[in-house]
Amino acid sequence: MLYVTIALFALAVGLFALHLFWAKARGWVWKAVAVLGGAMLPAGAYFGLSWAPSEQDMGEVYRIIFVHVPMVWAALLALVVNFVASAAYLFKRSWTSDSLGEAGAEVGVVFGVVGLLLGSIWGRPTWGVWWDWDPRLTTTAIMLVLYTGYLALRKFVDDPEKRATWSAVVGVIAAVDLPIVWFSVRWWKSIHQVQSNPKTIDRSMFVVLVFNVVAFMCALFVYLWHRFLIAKAARAREVALPSALPPAGPQEAA
Amino acid sequence: MTPGARNRFILAVALLVAAGALAFIAFGDIGKNLVYYWSPSEMLAQGERAFGPTIRLGGVVQPGSVEWSAQKTSVKFRVADSHKSESASVVVHCEQTPPQMFREGIGVVVEGTLDKSQVFKSKRLMVNHSNEYRPPKEGEKPADWKGSVSEAAEQK
Repeated sequence: MLYVTIALFALAVGLFALHLFWAKARGWVWKAVAVLGGAMLPAGAYFGLSWAPSEQDMGEVYRIIFVHVPMVWAALLALVVNFVASAAYLFKRSWTSDSLGEAGAEVGVVFGVVGLLLGSIWGRPTWGVWWDWDPRLTTTAIMLVLYTGYLALRKFVDDPEKRATWSAVVGVIAAVDLPIVWFSVRWWKSIHQVQSNPKTIDRSMFVVLVFNVVAFMCALFVYLWHRFLIAKAARAREVALPSALPPAGPQEAA
Repeated sequence: MTPGARNRFILAVALLVAAGALAFIAFGDIGKNLVYYWSPSEMLAQGERAFGPTIRLGGVVQPGSVEWSAQKTSVKFRVADSHKSESASVVVHCEQTPPQMFREGIGVVVEGTLDKSQVFKSKRLMVNHSNEYRPPKEGEKPADWKGSVSEAAEQK
């Protein structure tokens, strides 16, 4: 199981790298990732629900870790993509980075909301409450409000160029909250536990967690890529609009 | 200024603002003013100021201090700074059915008020789980959370 997981992890990373650095492969890499993720997600659910042992204090309820953690990590990663794309846009204007920023923020908010709900479902039986204003939960809620604001701003601005610039500024500033979310459990006292590491998780549970993280990263990749293509197509239509009419005259025939 | 240069200027300003805000939150004193909970010794150090307002108190349930009421509808225990027996502690009287993981020695956060008799009255009790996940030891059964949840529901 451990070696299989390491191999799948390497395969996924290899595919991501191929997509990033070899533009010609972008037509098919996402399909391979989709097949990999599509096979790993149900397998991960099986391993998480039945293969991994129960936990001594929490019994079966701890199994939600296998979706809660990958889901929130995916959200944070998507929002980091938004930050990089926002900074890249301000550094050098391009519709590619603007579209990638839009995709990162939207996918990040969706994954973040689901991750937060899963955490709440976990909190009720273990902590005894659905929600409390502890540093980790509060900073995560702020993060979701910030990026919802980012998406709302994009809807309100019609001029594509102004929208790209303004939202990129928001993307750079909002990213302040990402490290705060991550370190909140270390900087301040909280009810949320600090990050686990291989030493604090039993081997059999850790392997299943990594397996699920790989599966969720594949899902995140496919989701991000398609949201990016949609944003890019929308941009192409907007920007070309005034000159999209076919040029009159004899050039058309040629 | 060309639009490109203007954007790079904006980027530099935005990054500075972001880095400044992050440094302020990470290294500033915000942690001293915004606390999620007080430990028993921190609360006792406040003296009279701790009487009255709703506060959160966090620590570990002192082993040997848990006393249930006859119907198990309320529970009294001492919350201590740490597992050491001589560490500062406060008596907590809680009217809520505790979550199933509640037991002696576990970490808790209680929300409520401290009265003049040094008893902390609480209606909200939370148990915190560490970042350790272990399977049950040989021959031990894992905790049955479903059983204790339905038990708690029957008590209400």
